[in-house]
Amino acid sequence: MENRPQWGTRTGFILAAVGSAVGLGNIWRFPAVAYENGGGAFFLPYLFALLTAGIPILILEFTIGHKFRASAPGSWRKMNKKWEWIGWWQLAIAFVISIYYATVVAWAMAYTFFSLRLQWGRDTEQYFFGDYLKIVTDPGQYGGIVLAVFIPQVIVWTVTLFVLYRGVKKGIEATNKVMLPALLILFFVLVVRAVTLEGAVIGLNDFFKPNWHAIFDGKVWVAAYGQIFFSLSIGFAIMVTYASYLSKNSDITNNAFITGFANAAFELLAGIGVFSILGFMALQQGVEVDQVVSEGVGLAFIVFPQIMNELPVLNALFGFIFFGSLVLAGLSSQISIVETFVAGVQEKFGLSRSKSVLLSGGLAAVLSLIFSTRGGLYFLDVVDYFINNFGIALVGLMEVIVIAWFTRQLKPLQSHADAISDIKLGVWWRICLGVLTPLVLGYMMLDNIRINIESTYENYETWFVSIYGWGVVIVVLLIGIWFSMIGRKIGERNG
Amino acid sequence: MDTDAITMMTIGIIMVWGGLAVSIVFAIRKEKQKRNDN
Repeated sequence: MENRPQWGTRTGFILAAVGSAVGLGNIWRFPAVAYENGGGAFFLPYLFALLTAGIPILILEFTIGHKFRASAPGSWRKMNKKWEWIGWWQLAIAFVISIYYATVVAWAMAYTFFSLRLQWGRDTEQYFFGDYLKIVTDPGQYGGIVLAVFIPQVIVWTVTLFVLYRGVKKGIEATNKVMLPALLILFFVLVVRAVTLEGAVIGLNDFFKPNWHAIFDGKVWVAAYGQIFFSLSIGFAIMVTYASYLSKNSDITNNAFITGFANAAFELLAGIGVFSILGFMALQQGVEVDQVVSEGVGLAFIVFPQIMNELPVLNALFGFIFFGSLVLAGLSSQISIVETFVAGVQEKFGLSRSKSVLLSGGLAAVLSLIFSTRGGLYFLDVVDYFINNFGIALVGLMEVIVIAWFTRQLKPLQSHADAISDIKLGVWWRICLGVLTPLVLGYMMLDNIRINIESTYENYETWFVSIYGWGVVIVVLLIGIWFSMIGRKIGERNG
Repeated sequence: MDTDAITMMTIGIIMVWGGLAVSIVFAIRKEKQKRNDN
């Protein structure tokens, strides 16, 4: 463990952690979630969730990585051998996410180039589903590889694996030192342009206008916790792995505050930019903002290209900036996701970094081919929904419950963080993690199970959801358990 | 812009960007202190 790589500087670590947290969800999920859950009033539950769940879990994961100086499975093993499988489960989830996340980044990369000639034309929906993805009619069909998706996907994987091959300091840190400032500058330019568009005020009014009744609605609070949980890259081993490369005397608590606030600050900026642009579009079309509000893939690849068509000047440039921002935000997150299982496999099986990158990263790259097929979008939609709601959320819930109530590690971890951090953790931290977070995440989980029992996700056929939704979630859990068993045998053999 | 919307936007910006600024200032001071100690 003496040879464990380290971040060159504290700034390098913070940029990498923020680069991981700031991803596509910040740009295309947060604005719609805030708008649908009380607008301006949503900021109260959102900030409450940030301070009582987001930052406390970040502190927890930073402390675990720093204290045990190992990736997730290694850290869990050092905490208590019995729970090593949770670490492998987290890695298996990261593996699945990396497979489809690379595809979305590849779409954004393709659209960055399409934007130069506004190649999507007037009917952006037909262009995305028909001309670009050449989507099959029935979910579950593969329909052959789409070259326009496959080629950028190869580029995304090549960049990701090359960065990881270069290592922590020369690869991840050096890349994030360039990518994150570049993302901030590009996005800032985009937001300045957005708020100066005609109609921007209409969008901002709709976005920030507080609906105070909403804060008395429990669902709004759950949505706030969900947004914080899914946007901070917590729960699936990334932050544990990144913190394991910190030097021994690094501050933990303040680093977590910086990461949490930076992520929220970027989300707020994205909300301002997105709703200014939606206000402009609503004005152009003579409709209300609620009729143009969208999120996810639809917002990025259908609504935004429409808006780029409508811009008075420099349409191509702003299209390029928007999709370029998506690529940068996505790539820095993708690098962090792949690093978790590259590091885990490297450590456990005693491989060199290059071998681990090639084997585990290479396998993920090959498997991601499924999402570059004509049926890829359907697979991506189902896998993404189930792995988020029943993978990340469940393993995150397990993480806090096991640490707080089974291994009883909260106090020792608090002592470790307090010994090296400026901000000392009080009993509030243990209450947030031991009581509040499990209650909210547990409720979220039960509610999601109820919803999915009552109706099939997006009305897909049952066999499709069973295999690619529930099936993937169960297989990922089993792979986690299986790997912990293989790993244990190898560990015993190697002494 | 609507007064309530401006108020909420200002509160959001102050709390989130303000929180970030305070944390960064705190970190810079700590790093300076560390360098002086060395």
